[in-house]
Amino acid sequence: MDHTTHTGLDSHAHIQLSVQGMSCASCVSTIEAGVRALPGVEDVAVNFAHKTADVDYDPTQATTRDIVQAVRDTGYRAEKRDENADDAVAKEEAEREREYQTLMKKFRLAAIVSVPNVILMYPDFVPGLTTLIPHGSGMEQLVWAFMGALTVPVLAWSGSQFFVGMWAALKHRSANMHTLISLGVSAAFAYSVVAVAFPGIFPEGAAAEPFWDVTTVVIALVVLGLALESKARGRTSEAIRKLIGLQAKTAHVMRDGKVQEIPIEDVVVGDVVMVRPGDKIPVDGVVVDGSSNVDESMITGEALPVEKKTGDEVIGATMNKSGSFRFEAAKVGKDTALANIIKMVQDAQGSKAPIQRIVDQVSGYFVPTVMILAILAFVAWYDFGPEPRLIYATVVFVTTLVIACPCALGLATPTSLTVGIGKGAENGILIRSGDALQTAERISVVVLDKTGTITRGEPTLTDMTAMPDFEEQQLLALGASLEQYSEHPLGEAVVRAAKAQDQDLSEAQDVQTKAGHGISGLINGVRVHIGTAKYLSEEGIDARGLEDIASIYSPQGKTPIMVGVDGAPAGVLAVADTVKPDSKDAIARLHELGLKVVMLTGDQRQTADAIAREVGVDQVFAQVLPEHKADKVAELQAQGHVVAMVGDGINDAPALAAADIGIAIGSGTDVAIEAADVTLIKGSLHGVATAMDISRATMRNVRQNLLGAFGYNALGIPVAMGILYPVFGILMSPMIAGAAMAFSSVTVVSNANRLRLFKPKRGAS
Amino acid sequence: MTWDQVLVTIVGLGLVPLIVWYFWLKKGTGTHAQGSGSLQEVNIVVKGGYTPDTIIVQQGRPVRLNFLRQESATCSDTVKFPDFNKSARLPENETVAVDLLPQETGEFEFTCQMGMLRGRLVVEGSKAA
Repeated sequence: MDHTTHTGLDSHAHIQLSVQGMSCASCVSTIEAGVRALPGVEDVAVNFAHKTADVDYDPTQATTRDIVQAVRDTGYRAEKRDENADDAVAKEEAEREREYQTLMKKFRLAAIVSVPNVILMYPDFVPGLTTLIPHGSGMEQLVWAFMGALTVPVLAWSGSQFFVGMWAALKHRSANMHTLISLGVSAAFAYSVVAVAFPGIFPEGAAAEPFWDVTTVVIALVVLGLALESKARGRTSEAIRKLIGLQAKTAHVMRDGKVQEIPIEDVVVGDVVMVRPGDKIPVDGVVVDGSSNVDESMITGEALPVEKKTGDEVIGATMNKSGSFRFEAAKVGKDTALANIIKMVQDAQGSKAPIQRIVDQVSGYFVPTVMILAILAFVAWYDFGPEPRLIYATVVFVTTLVIACPCALGLATPTSLTVGIGKGAENGILIRSGDALQTAERISVVVLDKTGTITRGEPTLTDMTAMPDFEEQQLLALGASLEQYSEHPLGEAVVRAAKAQDQDLSEAQDVQTKAGHGISGLINGVRVHIGTAKYLSEEGIDARGLEDIASIYSPQGKTPIMVGVDGAPAGVLAVADTVKPDSKDAIARLHELGLKVVMLTGDQRQTADAIAREVGVDQVFAQVLPEHKADKVAELQAQGHVVAMVGDGINDAPALAAADIGIAIGSGTDVAIEAADVTLIKGSLHGVATAMDISRATMRNVRQNLLGAFGYNALGIPVAMGILYPVFGILMSPMIAGAAMAFSSVTVVSNANRLRLFKPKRGAS
Repeated sequence: MTWDQVLVTIVGLGLVPLIVWYFWLKKGTGTHAQGSGSLQEVNIVVKGGYTPDTIIVQQGRPVRLNFLRQESATCSDTVKFPDFNKSARLPENETVAVDLLPQETGEFEFTCQMGMLRGRLVVEGSKAA
């Protein structure tokens, strides 16, 4: 292939670079001039405030590498911004790891200081310590002062993010977890300073013990909790990372008559890409020559390699097995199937499930409410509590602030949704939103469109029977000549069969179609009618003889197509759409889930019943015209059912939209099906059962999390306020509260991560 | 009741309305989106909250919100627009543009993943030309 390959290419591309090192506005013109000098660059706009450079260029003349180099040549640092998904993932991981390491360092300092702090607070547990440092002695006061000095760096460094976070939130007149922890440890610290510096102000000087241990232990535990939570939260988006990791990095493209290896971002639509055995296919396209088997399991979930020859579609990120071929790039960058899948999953993970509304209503009021409760508890204990009142009041105040965990509440739903939706993607099930995931759980009826859903959707001509005055081949020729004007799949089967037998098709005039019923036209001056018995009868043809023939085919699950020629019954063509091998199993799985399964088809009652018996559905709506599919869905809804409609996404779009959940069966690179709440990338019906499984598992997980988080706070806060004290004499230690708070959010995230272990029952991987 | 108890009670009960007023009775003034042509653009800094946190835009015109996260705490590393079914990762110190097309008027919240940081997108009806 020579360089003429590039004529007619989409030869415009855009890249945004982040530029570092600009000190003044004049740098802008220096960089712009430098980049504009590069051949192929059409426009450059450098933004000084945002430190970015937007470059429009012709990718057949300049590569992104050239452009980055051109900026560097002018003396500034430049790098591509977030274009390479791989980099973004690496960056995110590095950022998370850095945060984790910092938190662990802070934890270690707080933990080390906590050890002597705790020992000195409970000297009775260490033999000899009470004699060495007698209670109430000057020695004890000195040791306490020393421990106080050690506590300061813990507060100032290990606990710094709490104060920074509190201050930033206060400026926005809002409060969060940082506010509660800062107030709690500050109160404990301030009390301790007073107790050590001015022990005389307490009625009984002996009771004035500092809370250095509370300050450092709470900080240590909460910081440890944050570190673990950050690690665990990283794992929740594992599915996205896996998807991004599938992307190829480079492509072998024909440029200027030779094969060049270029970064994947530089591939443009129309490029001819070489694929060798073992190569990852870089972008979506159509094979132009060569053939091979391609492993598409990572995108479609299809376990067996798929044969590819000229004219076949290939999907980016799939793996070439044995042969070599060349294909023309059709979708690149953000338009590829993989990019669409990633975007859909990311958007879905960011969406909200209705169940979260209750949390949203609470969370805006939660932290200030806890602050108010802590103050009221302090006042109550100070006014009505036992002596030493100040100590009790302080302990209760600190414990109440520390135990409250807004994070557990906030994390409960989104983390489970993120894992659940990611799990779906791993199994070839794209769930559009949290709303869809939650509704899927309530489904009571699954309506399956027959064609392409239960069956392969590619009917073939199986039998022909001609009436006495006609011949089978004549029937086929006339049928195909007329059906070539129809887009009906049954018609296409007739046309394919005629072409396979090398029949010459004639032109037809005055073609009239009655959707779902039949088609008629003039072929070589003869009026030909093709369609249902009802259609032929309406057109004045006596179809009784044809119906007798049809009655043989229908029980076999074949669709009879009646042919009338010149007003006389001519014969019957039988077309059958074969059932997908795993449909029966998948429907059995839906039954196991307690769902009613309904089949919807335009077929005759008998044909429909034959297939229904074969696969085991509970109810059949036969002879449903395409425009009435949505009505059938509405009919079921009127009976009180929550309906999932499974169809192909194009013809069934209105029914999909009418259903509570529209599930589209996608194929190849066509994944972004607008009307669908759920898209099954792999053609199997098992995906429907797996989607239901995932929905139920995820919602169960969300409920566990919400119950845990609400229950934790609802029990923890009153206990911290001392509600058990008057009856049982139990008062919670602030350190226990710190541990509980730290691990409540870790527990929520870990519980969500359990969903990662979800395995579809069978047949779906 | 001793004088110190009276003092603690007065101060404590006095703090309650102060908290209610400070955190709940705030009135967001809002920042109007700027923009040439049809695009409405606002730069938002993410640091303990969203600054500005109330963005006023016109209905039916594309909106671009440029988020710049200036903190290392991972709490704020994702911004979500549930009503628009959109979310974005916000790497530290990097401007990330979130594009929206508000079709309906009303108030739409954007939050961090946990819903601790909150902002509002106020969509106003397009003014008569």
